Amino acid sequence: MIIISAIIEITPQLLRGLGITISVLLASAIIAYIVAFVAGLSRVSNNVILNKATGVYVEVFRGTSLIVQLFWLYYAIPMLFGIQLGSNWWTGVIAIGLNYGAYLSEVVRGSILAVDKGQTEAAIALNMSRYQRMRLIILPQAVRMMLPEFGNYTIQIMKATSLVSLIGMRDILYYGDIMRSTNLSQAPLIYVIVLFIYFILALPFIWLTRKGETIAKKGVVS
Amino acid sequence: MSNVLTENKKNSVSLSTEPIVKYLDVKKSFGDTHVLKGINLEIRPGEKIAVIGPSGSGKTTIIRMLMTLEEPTSGDIIVNGKNLWKMEKNGQLVKANEKHIREVRGDIGMVFQHFNLFPHMTILENCMAAPIHVKKENKDEVRERSIKMLERVGLGTKLDFYPSQLSGGQKQRVAMARALVMRPKIMLFDEVTSALDPELVGEVLEVIRDIAENDDMAMVLVTHEMEFALDIADKVLFLDQGVIAEQGTANEVLVDSKNERVQSFLKRFRKA
Repeated sequence: MIIISAIIEITPQLLRGLGITISVLLASAIIAYIVAFVAGLSRVSNNVILNKATGVYVEVFRGTSLIVQLFWLYYAIPMLFGIQLGSNWWTGVIAIGLNYGAYLSEVVRGSILAVDKGQTEAAIALNMSRYQRMRLIILPQAVRMMLPEFGNYTIQIMKATSLVSLIGMRDILYYGDIMRSTNLSQAPLIYVIVLFIYFILALPFIWLTRKGETIAKKGVVS
Repeated sequence: MSNVLTENKKNSVSLSTEPIVKYLDVKKSFGDTHVLKGINLEIRPGEKIAVIGPSGSGKTTIIRMLMTLEEPTSGDIIVNGKNLWKMEKNGQLVKANEKHIREVRGDIGMVFQHFNLFPHMTILENCMAAPIHVKKENKDEVRERSIKMLERVGLGTKLDFYPSQLSGGQKQRVAMARALVMRPKIMLFDEVTSALDPELVGEVLEVIRDIAENDDMAMVLVTHEMEFALDIADKVLFLDQGVIAEQGTANEVLVDSKNERVQSFLKRFRKA
């Protein structure tokens, strides 16, 4: 009974952070997707400079920790260059977006390369331009292959949003930390509820990922 | 086979017409492997050419270079009087850019061993995509033409099927319709029956025969269907170790040839 009343007391407090968690999730996911396609297409382009430059970006952002990148954008850039990337919200969204954009660009690149060579050859035989081949033939098939991985990474982005509490954003984890510091004995329960909320938030994406897998299977067998 | 060989060619092509395609000493290497060691060849409008020879002799590479899927290591391929792989820039001959290549290869179509249909499109969409997007033709007109072409290859009742719902023979017939809708002047066939179950080969050959007899485009068939190819071909090329070892009419190559390699190749074939 005590637990139930505690849960009833704690949950609404945590949910005050729901808006921030969701808005950071949506914004950084959109940035990550856009970055993924731009970088992924650059990685398969014939332009050497574009290709190499994007390669450096991908390896740097994949190879270093997200939390350090976040701190770098938040603390180091303003000190070094005297510029703010915008509010804390923007800093968090940009860091998460660039980090996951790097991972997802590899998914985009891999899926494009995984489309059967014969598809490109058939498109050439029909005298399509490079651009037409990509838009009409390769991408529609590649996107189907990407869907499951995009779902997986979106779940990861959702979980990564909790890092913005470290740069003062008031998301779900932030409120959890605040409550724990005022009421240490409740810590286990608070964090269980925090986990549970994140799990509930992940459910739609888990479902979408499954859906994506079915679509991916249907679309590419010739 | 003998009845095929004795029969005279019905529609032999007049030699006075200018060739539509010329290969001028074309060579191709993949690394240290010299696949083609100097090919000279002329294709005249409407001419039906069969390319035969042992596997690894470079048969497929010949037509893949004409379709711009493979770049020659040296030599020139001239299509309609224009150099396929090179263009003039500031008075110098340089490697052709995409625009030039697309202009020159516009009259060429190809059918592949593994069909290469677009799996995300219905078979009607497969046929319509290129005329609409590449040739910018009117959509309704293209649809009508595509339906007619699919009816011609016997798939008029399956317009909305996806390639994955069809048999291999049906897929290959769609692939031919897709190429024909573009109205090519030269059609290339790359071992189009090799990936098919034996019982499906006939229906595909029938379509090719129909095209050969009723359309006036030039055709180059790389094939193992010896008897069939000889039946419809005006000219037979025997390719061996990267060179055209023998060429002429079916009779000249298959009956009169004193070429040892042709003989031993045919011997193996007759046994099989």
